[in-house]
Amino acid sequence: MRHILAFIWKYNFFFLFLVLEVAALILIANTSYYQSAVLNRITYGVSGNILNTWSGITSYFRLRDENLQLAADNIRLRQQLTRNQSSTDTLSVAVTDTATGIQYRYTLAKVISNSTNRRDNYIMLNKGRKHGINRDMAVINADGVVGTVVSTSDNFSWVMSVLNKHSKISGRINRLNQMGTVVWQGGSPMMGTLTDLPAHVKVKTGDTITTSGFSHIFPENIPIGTVRHIALNKGDHFYTIQFNFAADLNSLGTVYIVKNLYQHEQQELSKQVIDEK
Amino acid sequence: MKNNYGNDILRFILLVAIQVLVLNQIDFGGYIDPALYLLFILLLPFEVPGWLLLISSFFLGFSVDIFSHSTGLHTAASVFAAFVRPGVINMVGKPAEYEASLKPGIADMGFRWFFIYALLIVLAHHFVLFSLEAFRFEEFLYVLLRILASTAFTLVFIITTEYIFMRKRH
Repeated sequence: MRHILAFIWKYNFFFLFLVLEVAALILIANTSYYQSAVLNRITYGVSGNILNTWSGITSYFRLRDENLQLAADNIRLRQQLTRNQSSTDTLSVAVTDTATGIQYRYTLAKVISNSTNRRDNYIMLNKGRKHGINRDMAVINADGVVGTVVSTSDNFSWVMSVLNKHSKISGRINRLNQMGTVVWQGGSPMMGTLTDLPAHVKVKTGDTITTSGFSHIFPENIPIGTVRHIALNKGDHFYTIQFNFAADLNSLGTVYIVKNLYQHEQQELSKQVIDEK
Repeated sequence: MKNNYGNDILRFILLVAIQVLVLNQIDFGGYIDPALYLLFILLLPFEVPGWLLLISSFFLGFSVDIFSHSTGLHTAASVFAAFVRPGVINMVGKPAEYEASLKPGIADMGFRWFFIYALLIVLAHHFVLFSLEAFRFEEFLYVLLRILASTAFTLVFIITTEYIFMRKRH
């Protein structure tokens, strides 16, 4: 025993390195556990408050662009005030409550931290559980899809940006009504990739990609991007399409968190179908 | 000679703040993710004990991690960078005993020494960081490109900062 201790002491630098490195690797491997642990309450509290204060200072430099964007968004919304209602059939149902049939509820949030440099990019927002924000809510801005909420604390939430290797969004070529999967393969933060689009459809550059509405998370018809390069490898049955993101993910200011009020119901139903098989 | 780590603590806080509040929020075009905070590990005095070097680097990486939701990535990379530091110092040349007041910066050791020293440690750090980040062999080329591009950028940032804050020896 004495010899072992003496050995460890002699090489204490190496052993301490081993311990710390393994601790770091455990943190990486158990990300999901770590996120739900007590630790995140402390870390989110500290980092959230500092980032929030800092963004309070820096956001003044973006006010002009932000205003223009919001004004444009307002015009668009005025033109389609009933779009968020799943039922507008006033003949069979007496609509006394204009909130009837609303499926999506929007919460305004401010981006207080955002990265585009990493392989897995995350965005921090200044709204959390206290404001009714939970996992698996969609995040969009006036231009298009931004990401999905992955974890929350009382006052803050982390959003998995579409610029993340774990991000998979069901997308649709709007003109053709054909579905594919939107992923990000790294590199430029302006360009995403649409895969799983069958090779027989005639896709063109300039086609719009929007959300399909099949995902329980995103509402239908939120812009994702416009097709840029179309590639079809010999022998492949699916296209690999490079597209430009609709939202400028590098200069996010104000975003909307979208809650699907039927999410639970939809998930239950899909689960039943899968169970019955 | 008794060492006073006051400057190092101040540098720790400043570098983490600049890293997470400024550098992490700027887009450098997809492949580049500079890590200026490594300057803390580089500038720790030669006589820093091994355990202090490792543990302070652990907390350095951890601080950057909690601000960027990259749990453990920067921690692992920083601890590795700290681990290779003594070896790198031996390789590029350690000052003799009687020069104990020398610090590992451009002012004391010269540009050439500091450049090679910084290059090796930054490479070690970026190698661990970007390999763990992608964690897929199919992205090998992407990771390699990221390591090289980011190393170049990090070095530019580190050397510029070193020149700006360099104190001339009298």
